[in-house]
Amino acid sequence: MTIGVLALQGDVREHLGALAELGVGARRLRTPADLAGIDGVILPGGESTTLSLLLASSGLFDPLAAAIGAGLPTFGTCAGLVLLAQDVRGGRPDQRGFGVLDCRVLRNGYGRQSESFEATIEVSASLGASAMPAVFIRAPLIESVGTDVEVLGWAETPRDGTRRPVICRQGNVLASAFHPELTGDRRLHRYFVGLVASSELETPEDPVAALAR
Amino acid sequence: MSEHAEASAHTGTFAVKRGLADMLRGGVIMDVVTAEQAKIAEDAGAVSVMALERVPADIRRDGGVARMSDPALIGAIQEAVTIPVMAKARIGHFAEAQVLQALAVDYIDESEVLTPADEAHHIDKWPFTVPFVCGATNLGEALRRISEGAAMIRSKGEAGTGNVVEAVRHLRSILGDIRRLTQADSAERYGWAKELGAPIGLVQEVAETGRLPVPLFCAGGLATPADVSLVMQLGAEAVFVGSGIFKSEDPARRARAIVEAAAHFEDADHVAKVSRGLGEAMRGEELSALSERLADRGW
Repeated sequence: MTIGVLALQGDVREHLGALAELGVGARRLRTPADLAGIDGVILPGGESTTLSLLLASSGLFDPLAAAIGAGLPTFGTCAGLVLLAQDVRGGRPDQRGFGVLDCRVLRNGYGRQSESFEATIEVSASLGASAMPAVFIRAPLIESVGTDVEVLGWAETPRDGTRRPVICRQGNVLASAFHPELTGDRRLHRYFVGLVASSELETPEDPVAALAR
Repeated sequence: MSEHAEASAHTGTFAVKRGLADMLRGGVIMDVVTAEQAKIAEDAGAVSVMALERVPADIRRDGGVARMSDPALIGAIQEAVTIPVMAKARIGHFAEAQVLQALAVDYIDESEVLTPADEAHHIDKWPFTVPFVCGATNLGEALRRISEGAAMIRSKGEAGTGNVVEAVRHLRSILGDIRRLTQADSAERYGWAKELGAPIGLVQEVAETGRLPVPLFCAGGLATPADVSLVMQLGAEAVFVGSGIFKSEDPARRARAIVEAAAHFEDADHVAKVSRGLGEAMRGEELSALSERLADRGW
């Protein structure tokens, strides 16, 4: 299994480190050629406006959009969530995303850096139920999710005390508003690796590999 | 929700402060003096802008005392863009830093580009919620700033010159000493701490991890995409570009090219492609022609 980590800008190294801890092969994605043979993709934290521009200029946007659309397992954290969301408020009008996660997010919805925070969040049984440490950096706020979206984690919004989704999954798309790569808790990365593994079993693209099984 | 009482949020922790620096890695932070320039920077793909009244080249030319920017200017720039906005406080001027925190800037640069306010002390940065970046010319200076609470270090270079030579010297000094320190045995580390004038705990951490405890960015004199590629190949994790963009012939185009060079710094073909026909770079200065080195400010 090889997971590609989009490596145009942001905290790429932490995601690579998390995958290495789990013993999973990983590769930096900078050009379309880097997409060959990857089984899943991680969109890291960074600035979503910058990532959106660099995705287009590198030629990665279209092939990656096609692959994600075709079911390539994808995990986005923070800026990565913004790139995956169908409806983004507070972004730039020309900002392009993949639009594969049925939710509405408000960019920097938790406020400026002075309101960035650490908290322990609630997670669903599929993530082990016990509280998860989470770091939110100028994080996108998930305002609403569609009916096909499974919420796997919730956190209290410091500003108004409302309980909001902070981890979402829709099919092969997983996203978090916070940065699991910045803490030592590997449950979300492990969950994603599981998603990639089961997706390989369900939809073999290579018939020879399918026969071998 | 009393059963969730433990889930209270903590702002201004070190993880939160350095976390934003981590998110800026691989990116370009651009000096801007107007909201229009801030828009140009964001359009070009800047990860952040530094709100200033004058870019370093003009501060150098005009002379006089350089201070924190007008809050109205900072506010206008915050309104204009969605990316993080940084602003500079004078070295040791904790009241300017308090004002910048009250304005909710995203990062405070305690900067040698402004006229120092304290000749012996830097700001105690720990009590602040907003994170700080500080300049450094060598490893000891970097570790002293980190011990005071800086969550990001930038090599100083020589701001406003368009000359990359000092940036290279400072980066090589910091990274070369880190490489040498990793070879030191446990007893030698105490000697290093004394030599560097830095806390032994931080010296031990660097010796064990082979990197600073916070991200290391590069500033001061970068003017071309190749300059950016150079310092990132040397080990800088992101770059600050000041006068180099808005003192050039075609700032929008150069800004875009510099963002591309930061993202693809190891790909010479890409750097070559984006370097074509950018128009004139800022004129630049020989270091020997300078009457004052800004990098000498800070202790």
